[in-house]
Amino acid sequence: MKNLITWVVVAMLLPIPVVAQQSTQSPQSPQDSSAMEQRIKDLEERIIALEGQVRMLKATPAAAPAQPSPVPGGATAQPQVATAVPAQAQVPAEAAPGALPVYGGASASAKALNPDISVIGDFIGKAGGNSVQPTPSLEMHESEIGLQAIIDPYARGDFFISFGESGVNLEEGYITFTALPAGIVAKVGKMRSAFGKVNMMHNHVLPWVDRPLVTNNLAGGEDGIDDAGVSISRIIPAPKGLFLEATGQVFRGDSGEDDSPLFHASRNSDVSAVAHLRSYADITESTNIDIGLSYARGHNELGTDFLTQLYGIDATLRWKPLRRSIYHSFVGRGEFIWSQRQQVPTEQRAFGFYTSADYQLGRRWFLGGRYDLSDRSRFANLTDKGGSVVLTYWPSEFSQIRGQYRHFSYADNLSANELFMQVIFSLGAHGAHPF
Amino acid sequence: MRIRFGFVVLVALGFLPGAFFSSTPAQAKKLNVITATTDMAALTQEVGGDRITVESIAKGYQDPHFVEAKPSFLLKLRQADLLITVGLQLEIGWLPPLITQSGNPRIQIGANGYLDASQFAEILDIPTGPVTRAMGDVHPLGNPHYWLDPENGRRVAKGIAGKLGELDPTNASYFQEKFQDFDKRLTTAKQKWDADMKPYHGRKVVTYHNSLPNFAKHFGLNVIGYVEPRPGIPPTPSHTIELIGLMKHENCKIVMVEPYFDLKTPNSIAAQTGAQVVKYLPSVGGEKDVTDYFKLFDYDIALPTKAFQATQ
Repeated sequence: MKNLITWVVVAMLLPIPVVAQQSTQSPQSPQDSSAMEQRIKDLEERIIALEGQVRMLKATPAAAPAQPSPVPGGATAQPQVATAVPAQAQVPAEAAPGALPVYGGASASAKALNPDISVIGDFIGKAGGNSVQPTPSLEMHESEIGLQAIIDPYARGDFFISFGESGVNLEEGYITFTALPAGIVAKVGKMRSAFGKVNMMHNHVLPWVDRPLVTNNLAGGEDGIDDAGVSISRIIPAPKGLFLEATGQVFRGDSGEDDSPLFHASRNSDVSAVAHLRSYADITESTNIDIGLSYARGHNELGTDFLTQLYGIDATLRWKPLRRSIYHSFVGRGEFIWSQRQQVPTEQRAFGFYTSADYQLGRRWFLGGRYDLSDRSRFANLTDKGGSVVLTYWPSEFSQIRGQYRHFSYADNLSANELFMQVIFSLGAHGAHPF
Repeated sequence: MRIRFGFVVLVALGFLPGAFFSSTPAQAKKLNVITATTDMAALTQEVGGDRITVESIAKGYQDPHFVEAKPSFLLKLRQADLLITVGLQLEIGWLPPLITQSGNPRIQIGANGYLDASQFAEILDIPTGPVTRAMGDVHPLGNPHYWLDPENGRRVAKGIAGKLGELDPTNASYFQEKFQDFDKRLTTAKQKWDADMKPYHGRKVVTYHNSLPNFAKHFGLNVIGYVEPRPGIPPTPSHTIELIGLMKHENCKIVMVEPYFDLKTPNSIAAQTGAQVVKYLPSVGGEKDVTDYFKLFDYDIALPTKAFQATQ
């Protein structure tokens, strides 16, 4: 990098003697001064072009194309710029983005190659008792570290490591191959599976403090279906304006909470699979609808002969007027999940859902509600239900304060009234989440 | 076991036959260019003429920092031969996941069909010291609203013409001719704009967001403050009072506001300082009849000059 900066400085200084010589040789005539003005302007252009190239080099060294782009005139742009200056000022310094060789610069550019690092803190305080789903009164619920970078022109890597107050969990860590033929996008690693909507979301992007009852009862709890495996997805050609995407995933077969797993691989061949079909359409430029079908299949903790299958439908209606997009928006959502669990003595067929609505009142305020109802996967005749009201405040894009009142009435004739307070704060460059 | 695993693989790959129906873009066809914003689309249209198709993801009346990464944009991106971005992290909140999910190797960051237009432009407000979020949502690489200087428009158009020629060599000379033509028309138009703005050289203005430094530099306006206390942070009462005091002290009579911001605070500031609120357009397409790069400046110069006259 140092070398490069030297080049830039040399390139900037070279013209000075040329200009100086000229001005001493002849007395000022209008022609000369306009020619000089033109020359200075050209030099200015050249400096702006050079600054741009320096910025590009600093910003995306990892992303520099593997094959140099063909520059008319052959030679690399660096010597071209240096030699062109004394010659004639009107020679355009053709910018060759990304084609510059990077000289030396071990320390400076090494820093630029670091991944984007972010930390997201999630603090939850609670008042009220709940004997069925107990949670502590004050808790640093999760600290999620994100490390994200472009690996090479063909792939990017994303790691999300979540720390509880004790213990660490690799929430996600995967490579995404972005340059495969036929429009296929493949992911390899540990990831949240594409089953429905909530399962894909990290805690800090949920519109609530907690996760819906149906997630806890049927779909693996807070971690959800989050496993090591391979994912392949592709956009399917569809009639104009309709977006269709199919995703197929194969995992090791271990998901859910340790004490009551959703899927469990007793043998290596007990892999689990998830399939998801997503359809999306813009109704108007501010309103759109998103409907997904999901299927998941795996073996449960009773052994290889016991399957658990999940079927899901999710629907989301979003509204966001483009001219006032930072002030008002609405999201209505529902997810419906059917669980079919083989166990002794009989198979349990359970159903559960949530529906929710969130309205953005102003630039910083959001009001939302959620209704929950779900059977329990192991005892399908037991049904829990409840509801929540949520108010969220955003001091800025990088922090949020949320209050949630939740009432649950559990099947065992127990009920719980709880008040949650949550603070989420984000440090560093956290990449955008999928829509 | 074999049967079970076969089933799983089937589930995973069952949709792959769809791959065979996919249309691979023919090289002989027109270049399909997708841009992040309408301004880049307008400049691309100028130099690409009828030998390309171009479409913008964001609308001109939308805040380009907060575009939703809608899946329908993926349909456009997967067919694109070239993606042109404004860069300087303007689109960081929404474009990267779209690029990743597009499944289009041509437009991945670093690939030949990805063009960050900021490399051609003169960039202002590059922070020199350490950058922290206490400064609000600052852009650590410099101010991304650079297209509002016609000279930068010229530079970017030239860069785009070069890129188009690189991707479609048979039309390279056509793109260069189109650029030369644009260059000439821009020079003529710029003379008029410069002349229109000349009487107001050095006039003080307040803007809502810091999106006018390049415009202000080119046309000699003096931006003395912002309605936002920090970039991206909504107005606060204490900052508003401070700003009103500053405007009175500096005798500043113009508040320039982008169309996607709420007018409540600017209006109350104007009421208390005797200033005028000018709704300027940061982008092509901000109003229906502002359809190209020239009309953007026509619009953005007509309004403040009128306001300057009125508040003389």
